[in-house]
Amino acid sequence: MSEVKYSKEHEWIKLDGDVATIGITKHATEMLGDIVFAELPEKGSSVEKDGTAGVVESTKAASDVYTPVSGEIVDTNQAIVDDPSKINQDPEDTAWFFKLKIKDPSEMDTLMNKDDYDKFAKETSA
Amino acid sequence: METKKTSLYQLHQDCNAKFVEFAGYQMPIQYSEGIVEEHRFTRNHSGIFDVSHMGQLFIYGGEDLIKDLEKIFPLDLKNLKLNHSKYSFLMDKDAGIHDDLIITKTNEGFLIILNAACKDNDLKILRELLKEKYKMVLDENRSLIAIQGPKSSEILNDVINGVKDLNFMSGNWFTFENQKVYITRSGYTGEDGFEISIANDFVNQLTRELINKGSKLIGLGARDTLRLEAGLCLYGHDLDKDKTPVEANLKWAISKERISKGDFIGSDIIIKQLNDGVSKIRVGIKPEGRIIAREKTKIFNQSDVHIGEITSGTFGPSVNGPVAMGYVENEFSKKNTKVFLEVRGKKHPASICSLPFYKKSYVKGIN
Repeated sequence: MSEVKYSKEHEWIKLDGDVATIGITKHATEMLGDIVFAELPEKGSSVEKDGTAGVVESTKAASDVYTPVSGEIVDTNQAIVDDPSKINQDPEDTAWFFKLKIKDPSEMDTLMNKDDYDKFAKETSA
Repeated sequence: METKKTSLYQLHQDCNAKFVEFAGYQMPIQYSEGIVEEHRFTRNHSGIFDVSHMGQLFIYGGEDLIKDLEKIFPLDLKNLKLNHSKYSFLMDKDAGIHDDLIITKTNEGFLIILNAACKDNDLKILRELLKEKYKMVLDENRSLIAIQGPKSSEILNDVINGVKDLNFMSGNWFTFENQKVYITRSGYTGEDGFEISIANDFVNQLTRELINKGSKLIGLGARDTLRLEAGLCLYGHDLDKDKTPVEANLKWAISKERISKGDFIGSDIIIKQLNDGVSKIRVGIKPEGRIIAREKTKIFNQSDVHIGEITSGTFGPSVNGPVAMGYVENEFSKKNTKVFLEVRGKKHPASICSLPFYKKSYVKGIN
């Protein structure tokens, strides 16, 4: 399994073979506040890198969720739709959003590693 | 214009508040525990809200003032008892709402609590209408805090003895650290509670004592979810100059005695709407499932005809689901009418429901 990568839109992505698991970062959940609604892409649908692939809403506002790479959605996490507060509790593990079959693995190279993301998150929230 | 800060600004900061600009003030939207927990804490225990940005307008006068104010507000002020409060509106001649407010009869005249974003304009309107006949003070030297929730009576009474004997929608002067404070049993959360008008120099000490007794500071975020669950309107969203109190479904707040006289500003339109009905009316809306329909969401009927718009919508933590209110064409305003809400291009089912979404029945002396 490859290392976890991060996008500027605060998604994390973990590649296992040609299937990537994608969710939002802890930093993103802290900025959003209490998440009370999640909408996920449909299984079988195709998504394009940096396109919208879901929505999260806090008590305050709605925010789009973007996919950091292109591919076909192969699985979605119904548990976070049924109980969106799970996203605040465990965003970078059990509260993943969707899995996709990656179209172009080289898109992974455009993303940040953990150190770079942490630095990015700190700078952009300051 | 530089944003203003309330006297509790430093205390908010010490409690890790996130701030937003609201009506020209830096106000706490939430603290570290977040909106949902703050909401629940208020419902189950006691929460303190800094509402010092709201206007506290003292108008001094006697019998003449009562007569003059009755030409402005649709209230039977002559028969309002000393220290009793009423919810009302400042309207234009077409009954459009300039502001919604709470007016209390005091021993020197009236105290009117105004929305922060409206208070300067309200004062201008009232000055024009009352023509300098009465002393009017929009008091910037006093802070206003609300303490709301089931434990609030006990907590506040521990600090200021006697408040627990106040009835709902009535008030009185009390003493804190040799300072006169005016306290009413009221609020805007659907919970039992109090609003306290106190000199700026003493509000920090009072707030800290209330926190020491177990209450907590609560931000504007939870204030919004609490008031929406309680079915209460937010000016600038659910109420504005294009809506009348009858359309806002607030006719209960208009005195029947004053309607029979029909001599207040906007009374022609109010009477006409009460007799002939209105074309649009404010209703509660309950989305099916978890979809949240926010302000400006379009409402459609079952034949896909656009029939109205959401004016407030969020997730209600005590309801544990989405809640909303909005205006629909009158014929679709009946309880349980099925409607559709357009969110992100898709139509989602919802039904018209009665307000409030959340109600407790323990407030004593409710009239």
